[in-house]
Amino acid sequence: MAIEILMPALSPTMEEGTLSKWLVAEGDVIRSGDILAEIETDKATMEIESVDEGVMGKILVPSGSENVLVNKVIAILLEEGDDADTEMETKPEPKPEPTPAPEPEANAPAAELTPIAVATARTPPETDIPAGTEMIATSIRDALRDAMAEEMRRDDDVFLMGEEVAQYQGAYKVSRDMLEEFGARRVIDTPITEHGFAGLGVGAAFAGLRPIVEFMTFNFAMQAMDHIINSAAKTRYMSGGQMACPIVFRGPNGAASRVGAQHSQDYAPWYGHVPGLIVLAPYDAADAKGLLKSAIRNPNPVVFLEHELMYGEVFDVPAVDDWLVPIGKALVRRTGTDATITAHSRMVGFSLAAAEILANEGISVEVIDLRTIRPLDCDTILTSVRKTNRLVTVEESWGRMGIGAEIAAMVTEQAFDDLDAPPKRVHQVEAPLAYAANLEALAMPIPQRIAQAVRDVCYV
Amino acid sequence: MSAPKSKSKSKTRKPAKASNRDPKQLLHYYHEMLLIRRFEEKAGQLYGMGLIAGFCHLYIGQEAVVVGMQAAIDEGDQVITGYRDHGHMLALGMEARGVMAELTGRETGYSRGKGGSMHMFSTEKNFYGGHGIVGAQVSLGTGLAFANAYRQNDRVSLAYFGDGAANQGQVYESFNMAKLWNLPVIYVIENNHYAMGTSIERASSEIHLHKRGLSFGIPGFEVDGMDVLAVREAGDMAVKHARSGKGPIILEMKTYRYRGHSMSDPAKYRTRDEVNEVRAKSDPIEQLKALILKAGFADEAALKAMDKQVRAVVNDASDFAQDSPEPDVSELMTDILA
Repeated sequence: MAIEILMPALSPTMEEGTLSKWLVAEGDVIRSGDILAEIETDKATMEIESVDEGVMGKILVPSGSENVLVNKVIAILLEEGDDADTEMETKPEPKPEPTPAPEPEANAPAAELTPIAVATARTPPETDIPAGTEMIATSIRDALRDAMAEEMRRDDDVFLMGEEVAQYQGAYKVSRDMLEEFGARRVIDTPITEHGFAGLGVGAAFAGLRPIVEFMTFNFAMQAMDHIINSAAKTRYMSGGQMACPIVFRGPNGAASRVGAQHSQDYAPWYGHVPGLIVLAPYDAADAKGLLKSAIRNPNPVVFLEHELMYGEVFDVPAVDDWLVPIGKALVRRTGTDATITAHSRMVGFSLAAAEILANEGISVEVIDLRTIRPLDCDTILTSVRKTNRLVTVEESWGRMGIGAEIAAMVTEQAFDDLDAPPKRVHQVEAPLAYAANLEALAMPIPQRIAQAVRDVCYV
Repeated sequence: MSAPKSKSKSKTRKPAKASNRDPKQLLHYYHEMLLIRRFEEKAGQLYGMGLIAGFCHLYIGQEAVVVGMQAAIDEGDQVITGYRDHGHMLALGMEARGVMAELTGRETGYSRGKGGSMHMFSTEKNFYGGHGIVGAQVSLGTGLAFANAYRQNDRVSLAYFGDGAANQGQVYESFNMAKLWNLPVIYVIENNHYAMGTSIERASSEIHLHKRGLSFGIPGFEVDGMDVLAVREAGDMAVKHARSGKGPIILEMKTYRYRGHSMSDPAKYRTRDEVNEVRAKSDPIEQLKALILKAGFADEAALKAMDKQVRAVVNDASDFAQDSPEPDVSELMTDILA
């Protein structure tokens, strides 16, 4: 029997990749362990080895093919006795794996829960950008890199440190090419030692440098929390204003894909709780770049939450010399009249998708991208709620004591008379995130659930 | 004294003869130690009167460590420590008035009353705190050294910590990075034998703390921390080592605190006899006093006059603190963000 060689998934977030180069040719004898091809994933270029032995029968996807979906048959390996022609002819193209649909909730029609595509290329709102500005399609990954590189060119006191940021080019390729440009003095690989290098970074910031400390993920920053909170956030106050701590802690945050409970968590409410910290969680590439540049220049400790699943997403970024986005300003991503949704990071996209669903039902939704978690832009939220009279909050973190809890409380305190319905929160269920695909999908907010929450507050 | 030949060799550093010393220098050390002692005695008194609240960790008994190390560093070098920090600030030349006013929570304190005993800073004197989380200052102090290396400015940092902090994980994370990048940091372990109420023997599998850097390639030395001249000499060696680009170095100061861990500690974990014996045999101030008198650098009357002057400074600080107002209520919400 011939063996199908499939496009492998080489990272938790990989859905497709580039088959850069075949290292074997048709007719070659393949031994187990031989390197077959180079594949470029969303995180790195990797070699794939053969598990099986035989003769390379047919290469179906040629070198240089881009956007090859995971699980697509890329070649056929013939075992002893196989006849190449028959094997090739009889093999039908396998159907792509169906995306697992989440289990329907008891009272929700199944049809509504089918995942829908979330549009990713979005124009940043005109309010931030001068008319006629040239826009460049940029991935969030590159937007973050550009922000750091621009600030490092501007100020020698800015440096980047973290695990795998230099020679490896970043665990998520965010710091690609930075070592080459800035050298080992300013792009520094650390040992795996979050508590220690976070403290070291804070000490360097006390001494007046402006460190960017990358955590491979914010899940690992829990080891460093003492320094982020006790050392970085509190020292200005405890010193009566004498000391400053201009530092940025950044890295991926939030649930990734099928990586289990310890690697899937949104820390926005954790850090959002702490006076003395600024907490940012951008959604698109323009904000990722503009907010990160603002964060690096800010004289305070900043926690900058990126989303692990969004690094590869492409958005327009204004081609202006010094693109800065103000800290502390939320952004109305979509205007509407019937209900207000607040969200941050990846959930902004989901909320916009929910608004699209609801528009087809005649419900007009305003979507607010919080962008800054702390200090929270209460004015933008209140202005919107006073217009729509209904509020739905969306976040990836757990609901109890969460961002939504805070916003609902704030709105209830300050705009109680404007509300026509109690606020509703959409969030991860109150359980550690499961590994199984169906349970993972059930746990997290999706556009359909957000839409349902809006229908609930609209009493339809 | 030259840099160590053997990294693993434990060595108690003995002072040179007093007669080889500059009399002015010895009298200065005496003055500084006396100032810390009298200041801390007064702080203890004010605590008893309810004028100082919360945690208050006195430095009495350990004075030779900071005074000796201070003599070894230059202007611009940085100092950071934990919560037993009053002595470090006085040795750095921070005003007794400002420290006492902070202890009493007044607006004239170094942190305008918002820090307290454990949280004072002076950017002018390069004092970076004043940290209440055991061991945090070790990573932070390594970061100060990182900044010096980054700027290639020839400065060194002193990171003080105790025998208790020596068991914190981040200490070893810091040792690793400090040696990996050869950062100019001097780790001064003030081993006073008790981590709060737990003796070092009950808490540490390796009680010779100067050996704790060996697996990282960091040389370490044991120093008689009750002898200001031994401290000064070890400090000179360590500063030279760090400033010359050889990277971090550890000095384990064998010292002793006479008072409890903090003001609320009855110190039942050790005997009165143990404390009295240390006081009688190796009090840092008495030892230096004997040297000064023996060498004829000053007589009893002169030292008594110095004590009187020091007491006046401390009383003035106490009066100043008590006369100062508490911070204005508007201070509640300032200095949170820039």
